[in-house]
Parts: sequence; structure tokens; C-alpha cells
Amino acid sequence: MTAFLLRRIALIVPTLFFVSVLIFGLQQLLPGDPALAMAGENADPAVIAFLKQKYHLDEPLPVRYALWVEGIAHGDFGESIRIKRPVKDLILEKLPVTGELAGLAMLVAIVIGVPTGILAAVKHDTAIDYGATMAALWGISMPNFWLGILLILLFSVTLGWLPASGFVTPAESLKQNLLTLIMPAFVLGNAIAAVMMRHTRSAMLQVLSADYVRTARAKGLSQVSVILHHALRNALIPVVTLGALEFGALLSGAVLTEQVFTIPGFGKLIVDAVFNRDYAVVQGVVLCTAFAYIMLNLFADIAYVLINPRLRA
Amino acid sequence: MTAEPLASAFIQEDVGERPWQRTLRLLAQRRMALAGLTVVAFFIVLAILAPLISPYDPLATNWAAVRKPPTALHLFGTDEIGRDVLARIIWGARASLLAGLVSVSLALAAGVPIGLVSGYFGGIIDGTLMRMVDAMLAIPFLILAISLAAFLGPSLANAMIAIGVSQTPIFARLTRGQVLTVKHEEYIEAARAVGNPHHRIVLRHILPNIVPPLLVQATLAAAAAIIAEASLSFLGLGEQPPDPSWGSMLNTAKNFISQAPWMALWPGLAIFTLVLSLNLFGDGLRDALDPRRG
Repeated sequence: MTAFLLRRIALIVPTLFFVSVLIFGLQQLLPGDPALAMAGENADPAVIAFLKQKYHLDEPLPVRYALWVEGIAHGDFGESIRIKRPVKDLILEKLPVTGELAGLAMLVAIVIGVPTGILAAVKHDTAIDYGATMAALWGISMPNFWLGILLILLFSVTLGWLPASGFVTPAESLKQNLLTLIMPAFVLGNAIAAVMMRHTRSAMLQVLSADYVRTARAKGLSQVSVILHHALRNALIPVVTLGALEFGALLSGAVLTEQVFTIPGFGKLIVDAVFNRDYAVVQGVVLCTAFAYIMLNLFADIAYVLINPRLRA
Repeated sequence: MTAEPLASAFIQEDVGERPWQRTLRLLAQRRMALAGLTVVAFFIVLAILAPLISPYDPLATNWAAVRKPPTALHLFGTDEIGRDVLARIIWGARASLLAGLVSVSLALAAGVPIGLVSGYFGGIIDGTLMRMVDAMLAIPFLILAISLAAFLGPSLANAMIAIGVSQTPIFARLTRGQVLTVKHEEYIEAARAVGNPHHRIVLRHILPNIVPPLLVQATLAAAAAIIAEASLSFLGLGEQPPDPSWGSMLNTAKNFISQAPWMALWPGLAIFTLVLSLNLFGDGLRDALDPRRG
């Protein structure tokens, strides 16, 4: 167990190294002089000289990489050229917004995906199963920004029930906060729910034909008890860990959802940064998401071993 | 399991059904997969014949017909500067299908060799390549594509490169896994024993045997690439105006949602239909290529 943990943690080091090289390397894709690209076309030569000095653009590449990594290790992600604020502050400011949206979306995904998956597995090869499978395919094929636009059309424009855009913090008004997030959370959770349903269904199908489930049935336990206490508990192990892997899809989706509903989160930050050529912000956001994903995967792997008694020894 | 399929299996072996014939026969039995294939083919024809069948020039503005709802003259209505929405949908199919084709081809061209080398040679080569793949997988697909498109500059070509690069690790991982399962088969051992060089073993003996899962993944990846292209165009990082793309049409439509809802309806429906059809076909293909089914 300890050996597994150590080996698993050791694997992160090269991955983190390559992630940092990749993100640092993005800068090299900029056509022409990076200082010129950062400052804009008609920039003052003094500004360009300042940028060159600030970002060590005259130094050789490996030195620049080392300086960049050193800065990040000290929590210095650079400064936004556009807003003139440290990238770290911007990220910390937007994180709770996207965090809340992602959390609610995951809740939507679990509430819809898991029960549907169970039902489809229990009613295997019936109309219910086919219906649920088709619904999942629908969820996967639906571009979430289009779903967002359609929901705005129905619930905001036509019915006038929900606000079409904007964000209110929970501290200001919890009710308003939830009202603004219902549609975005549903839009974002919808595609994940489809994936969750597929995972739950296949995990349940496997478990339902296992010997211990047959034994539980033979003991005369009710169908509900067999499904909830014996089958589901084991089927959920892969579902929980696969849920962690959906984090990436959640963040990708959040970029689009935040754009449709004008929510000032992580996704809006990176898209605005792209258009303002605020490259330090883009790199900072990508680095943070990659780091979070790697850590989440690590925890998911560890949790998988801890929950699964067969792997614990 | 009854005796009947077993008997028919023997008969099929007698007539010598080839693997591709078997796949076609199984695919033909799946109505949903065939429906998917038909719709995809329809969109391909639409894209190729766009200059012939498009009712209007997709770029021609008409100030006398700004934001007109669907009529006999403009079946799908017109947009905010009087362009025909149907014409733009037809021409927009080109951007979407091209993105699906080019991105997946790029991802295959880069990912399959990485996976082949990694899986076949193993050891430190495998370790290094797979950590690189892990690093790319650690960055969420769309966020990687957005940042690549941002640094490369917004255009359809760059969006396709960005999507292709972002999909590369998926194919590298899949290929490597398949190579690992095939590598120890007896026919590979035999090829090695008679003294075939590495490149011949990999290209002539391993690669042809791992094509089916790659084909299925390529179909599903094309669906993902089409959504990704639409997403990047929606964000303004794909096809640039005034050239038509379903994603950028939705981006504009978002601003006229209460005055001209049809502007948002058609491009979204087109993306959804094409992606759903590709997914249906991909799922059917996976089932038809599964050797456990018959």
C-alpha cells in the first residue's frame, strides 16, 4: 500500500514537468517578437524594452524557463498586462465562482445520471433501458452552448422566469445567486449526467450478475435491498473515480457556459485574456487547471484503492 | 446461448466470410447506425454541392431583408445583416466537416506512431512518452485547444491544428494499449522469430490488427472535433467572419435571441444532428467490430 502510494506520487513529478514545459512552450508559438506581440503593434519602444527586461526575453530559453518555474514556485504567476494586477489574485478571485457552478453542475449530473443508470441496468434490454441510452447519447451530442441559448429563449425570453445572464454572489443574495445559476448548472451538468449514466449502467450490469448479488437474492432479500445495499455500493466505486476524471470536461464546459450566461468565472477569465492577448493570464489559468486535474486524479486513484478492499492489501 | 448461432457460425466459416464482410453484415443489421451514416453522408453531399444547391450567396447582405423570419423566399429566415441563413448553414457544413476530418487525421498521424513506438519498445521510451501524454491529458481538451488557438492566432486552420493536437494523446494512449495486448500474440512472436526488422513487425503485423478500435475512436473523435470547432468558433477563435461556420453563427445569434430566435435554432440543430449521427454510427461500428458479437 505504501509502495503503491509512493510510486503513484512519484509519477506526478515527470507529468508536472512536462505540463510546465508545454505551458511555457505556448509562448514560443507567438509569431515574431513576443514583447511586440504582448505590447501590441504600435507600442512605444520603451514599453517593449521594459517587457523584454521584465520577462527576461533577452535570456536564452532554458534560463527563461527556469526563471518562470522559480516564479511559479513562489506563487508568482506574472501580471495581467490588461488589468495590471497579479495573475494569482485574478485566479483566486474567479475560482469560487466557477467552483460553485461546477459543484452545482456535478450535483445535477449525479442526481440525473446515477439513478437513470441504475434504472437502465435493472430494466436491462427493455424500453426504459433503450430510452435512457438514447437520452445519454442526446446529452453527449448536444453542444452545451446551444442548449444554454435554447434555455434562455424558453425560460428568460418567453416565460420570464429566470435571469438570462449575470451573477450575484451568495453573500449578496443566496436566492438570486441560485436563480442565476440554475440554468448554467443544468446546461453544464447535462453532458456529464450522460457520461455518469453510461458508467453507472455498465458498472451495475456487471455487479448485478455477480455471485454475491445472486446470493443476496437467494436469501430472499427484497429487490430494493439487493440493488441499494449490495449492488450499488460496489458499482459506485468505479463511478466515483470516473467522476473525478470528468473534472476536465466540467472545466471545458464551464468556459462555454460562462460565456453564454455571462458569468464572471474562470472560463470568462481565460476567454477575455485570449482576446486581450493577456498571455500571462492564459498560462496561469491553464497551469492551475492542469495542476488541479493531476491532483484530483491522484486522489481518485488513492480513493479507489482505499475503497476497494480487494486492492487494499 | 443456444445451439443455433453456433451452427450458423460454422456455416459462415465454411463460406469463408472475411472480417470486413462480417463487419458490413453486422453494421447493416443496426438500423440506428445506418441512419447515422445516412445523415453524415447527407451533410457531406451538402458540403460538396454547396455552390450548386445553396439558394443564395452566403456572404451577400440584403438590407431590405434584415432579421426576417422564415418565409418561402428565405426558408430558414435571414440574419442581422440580411444574409440567408439556409445558405450559411449549407456552406457552414464545409467548416464543420473539414474540422472533423483534418483534426482527426492530424491526431491519428501524430498519436498512432507515438503509441506504436511506446507500446512496442516499452521501457524508458514508453515511460517518457507516456508522461508527455499524461501532461497533455492533464489540460482539459477545450482549454488546451483555446490556449493553442490563442497563441497561434484565431483562424479555422489554427483551430483544426489546436483540436488535432489536443486529441493526439487519446490516440497515443489507445494505440499503446492495443499494441500491448497484440505484442505477445503468437503470430507476432513468429514474425520476430523469422527475423523481421522492428519496423516491419510494427507496420505489417501489429498495425493492421489494431485498426478496428482506432477506426471506432476516429469516428467518435470526429464528432468531438466538430463540437470543438463549433465551440472555438462560438468563442471567436475558429472560422472568422464573414465566412460561415455554425459556431460563429450561434455566437452572433446569441445577441439577437429575443428578436430573431430562428438565427439560433438552425445552426445549433445542424451541429446537434451531425454530431448525434456520427456518435450513432460510431457506437454501431464498435458493436459490429466487436469479435465477441456475431
